Amino acid sequence: MSGMLGMVNYWAVIVLMMVGFYTLIARGNLVKKLIGLNIFQTAVIMMYVSFGKITGATAPILIQSGDHGGGGAEHVVYSNPIPHVLMLTAIVVGVATLSVGLSLVVRINEAYGTVDEDEINRKDNGL
Amino acid sequence: MSENLPALLIVVPLILAPVAALVGRRDLSWAVAAAACWWAFGAALALLRRVQAEGVIRYELGGWAPPIGIEYRVDLASAFVALIVATIGAVTVVYARTSIAQEITEDRAPLFYAAYILCLTGLMGIAITGDVFNVFVFLEISSLSAYALIALGHDRRALTAAYQYLIMGSVGATFIVIGIGLMYVMTGTLNMVDLAERLPAVADNRTIPVAFAFLTVGVTLKLALFPLHLWLPNAYTYAPSAVTAFMASTATKVSVYLLLRFFFTVFGFDFAWVGMELHRVLMPLSVVAILAMSLVAIYQTNVKRLLAFSSVAQIGYMMLGISFGSVLGVTAGILHLFNHALMKGALFMAMGCVMYRVGSVSTDRMAGLGKAMPWTMAAFVLAGLSLIGVPLTVGFVSKWYLVQAALEQGQWAVAGVVMVGSLMALVYIWKVVEVAYFGEPDPDHELREAPLGLLVPTWILVIASFWFGIDATTTAEVATAAAETLLRGLP
Repeated sequence: MSGMLGMVNYWAVIVLMMVGFYTLIARGNLVKKLIGLNIFQTAVIMMYVSFGKITGATAPILIQSGDHGGGGAEHVVYSNPIPHVLMLTAIVVGVATLSVGLSLVVRINEAYGTVDEDEINRKDNGL
Repeated sequence: MSENLPALLIVVPLILAPVAALVGRRDLSWAVAAAACWWAFGAALALLRRVQAEGVIRYELGGWAPPIGIEYRVDLASAFVALIVATIGAVTVVYARTSIAQEITEDRAPLFYAAYILCLTGLMGIAITGDVFNVFVFLEISSLSAYALIALGHDRRALTAAYQYLIMGSVGATFIVIGIGLMYVMTGTLNMVDLAERLPAVADNRTIPVAFAFLTVGVTLKLALFPLHLWLPNAYTYAPSAVTAFMASTATKVSVYLLLRFFFTVFGFDFAWVGMELHRVLMPLSVVAILAMSLVAIYQTNVKRLLAFSSVAQIGYMMLGISFGSVLGVTAGILHLFNHALMKGALFMAMGCVMYRVGSVSTDRMAGLGKAMPWTMAAFVLAGLSLIGVPLTVGFVSKWYLVQAALEQGQWAVAGVVMVGSLMALVYIWKVVEVAYFGEPDPDHELREAPLGLLVPTWILVIASFWFGIDATTTAEVATAAAETLLRGLP
């Protein structure tokens, strides 16, 4: 039981990932596909953040021993900052991907007059 | 200066990219792009020479030592791939000047060149970095700029092709990030060398095979191994000519290199081949890729699309070589990586010449082109011979190694597949040759030869594909040494 509850954030990751991936595959609307892609990527971000978190640990900011009236710095447990920092990069990449994707959708809408995959295929094959 | 060469190889083009976008005039931004590409070419060549002379170069970025900082690790395989990318980039940028002037409007040209330089930078970065998360960052730099480059195509279908590529490419990249994350959580490092040292200790844990699976699927999506190739044909067909020539010869090749890096350096031969029995998956897929995609190529009427399907088949050859897991097989894979870059680049550039004059690369519009554009079509025929694998061409060299690698393991049927694939290449190249040389030209259209600005780069690649076919010792030596380094694992 504690295993299941302790892993709750990973279950959320799996659910989110599948929701995103399913949306990406099953939806015909190009904007909805991008939303699915973004949910998928966000699930990965959540996964990385969970990697770095240690229960009861504090943010990785160096605490000077004098700050807390004699509380020793050597007893402080920090979370691992590296996965969190990596995800800053991944967030930037995700934003860039989304914006490139959305601007492509805008152009597609201008060229075809629709953002629906089936309709686009129909128009292309009708040429 | 020479001490910092690995960093400068990446940083100089990276800085020149916004400059190309900001100068605002087509010719000026072209000059900036050309400077960036030729700089990269010179630097990559110097790097390869240094690696040959001194061995592996390890460069700590910003002076931060590996576990914390990012390391560039240049060995023979990475220097060779970086040189391939830079060479094709430098030749294509010359080609792009004339080709892009016709295909892309004046105000968009600077942005095109900026994206082009970024794409080149990203691809070279993947080749020389020694940090797995850095790989992801460079992968996204090159991919995002590639989506933009493809979307610049004339046809509106270029937009949907770019969109499709964006979706599939991002899924592939995200899979790679998942794989990297799972490796990190088990080992606590992102450095390739450290990973290789620490992975065997935890290889029994179920997380590592899962990471391996995610990475394999992610990278094979990027390199368009059958059946994950669906993004490729449309992207190559509708992108601007120069972009197709550049992407076809570099983007998938770098992904093949990335796969080699993950399989051999990070996970090691014992894990990937002995433990996971990877060849049982890779070999059948490669064989199907060669046969099925060559067959599909035969039935195409758009020649760019025909060549795109042929590319998927050729990637099958590379993966087939790698799937043997032997020095000879990996050598064949690396050799074909270089050789295919030369000939596919030349073929797509020849089609770009046709596109420039005729405005279409459909076979029914190409009748009689052999007379109207003799140099263009001659280049196409010669590069086509190389694709088929006629002796004295580079295509022959890689197929020779591939067949040898197959026979070494007693895989007669697989060697037969290589032969059948070559025959099928003969059929689809002949299809174009027949129309161009024996078809009746349309008398209403007066056609002239393509301008020199397009012909010269095309012929450089054609001559190179014969040069390295006749004198294959240099490339074969480098490829063999690179394969040996990869298979030996880390010192």
